[in-house]
Amino acid sequence: MTELLDLLRSPWPWYVGGPLIGLTVPLLLWLGNKGFGISANLRHACAILLPDSAKPSFFRYDWRKERWNLMFAGGLVLGGLLTGLIFANPDPARLSAAGVQSVQELGMQVRPGLVPAELTDLSNPGVWLLLAFSGLLVGFGTRYGGGCTSGHAITGLSTLQGPSLIATVSFFVGGILSANLLLPLFMAVIR
Amino acid sequence: MTGTSSIPGVHTEPSSTTRAATGLLLYLLAGLYFGVVLVKSEAASWYRIQEMFRFESFHMFGLMGSAVFTGMVTTMLLRRSGLKSRDGQTIRVTDKEKGWRRYVFGGLTFGMGWGLAGVCPGPIFVLLGAGVWPILVVLAFALLGTYLYGVLKDKLPH
Repeated sequence: MTELLDLLRSPWPWYVGGPLIGLTVPLLLWLGNKGFGISANLRHACAILLPDSAKPSFFRYDWRKERWNLMFAGGLVLGGLLTGLIFANPDPARLSAAGVQSVQELGMQVRPGLVPAELTDLSNPGVWLLLAFSGLLVGFGTRYGGGCTSGHAITGLSTLQGPSLIATVSFFVGGILSANLLLPLFMAVIR
Repeated sequence: MTGTSSIPGVHTEPSSTTRAATGLLLYLLAGLYFGVVLVKSEAASWYRIQEMFRFESFHMFGLMGSAVFTGMVTTMLLRRSGLKSRDGQTIRVTDKEKGWRRYVFGGLTFGMGWGLAGVCPGPIFVLLGAGVWPILVVLAFALLGTYLYGVLKDKLPH
């Protein structure tokens, strides 16, 4: 019994997880010719939430036709509940030595869980600022760039889309810049 | 697409209602599958994202590389097989819009956000399920960012 629990809780190596992520692309094509992407849900949510009188034309479309995507996002929440809460990995992610050192240099500890406690401590106003700024960039950038990691880096590259290669390279340049420069700066100020 | 096309339910025929509901349930299950994989593969882990952007581990690169490779091969096989989609249509891939400006500028912006809080849209939903409530702040501001794009869209280079 405990062995089964251990198995359910333990993380998978990349060569198991990666192919399983990749299979989502043909799965959604087969389910209904859907291009797999998650950030579009943020657009649908805006289309649902905004009153008609205050709606920019970008949000005037029949979001009901995109309900499948909202259901997919609902499934993600359930998946997180199942594997991130009920069968959560009791051990910290097995980072490389360099990774552990970097996290510590940022003033954080490597603990079990998906996000460090230091970044979810809402009693620290700086954390609010970091989360808000990050969210703003993610929401604006994904719509401007027409997709996120799932839409461009996974689906787009899998289906040989040139624009997705440009987008994915740009994601990485942005991410490298902010993880190496912006985040240390933020942490130095809010710690 | 013009303002007035928002009356729901006009096209739904009674016969297809059950099928549509089953279809929606399947998408929920597909999302559940993907959510489980995101957590188990640690792609939803802030720590792993940081490690990736600092080139300190192969994990995320192996993950994304094998995901793209698998997606590419299986999608090609699916299309070559001539198999129809569940609703009887020919499998087709919608091409992304041409151009580069939006992909560079939008991509950079999103990447900056991704590297900062370590979450892209998928993990936002997964983390909510995992009970990481502070991610609601990220979600709220991601919605605001999406709204801002909708407002500024025509003024931005695409």
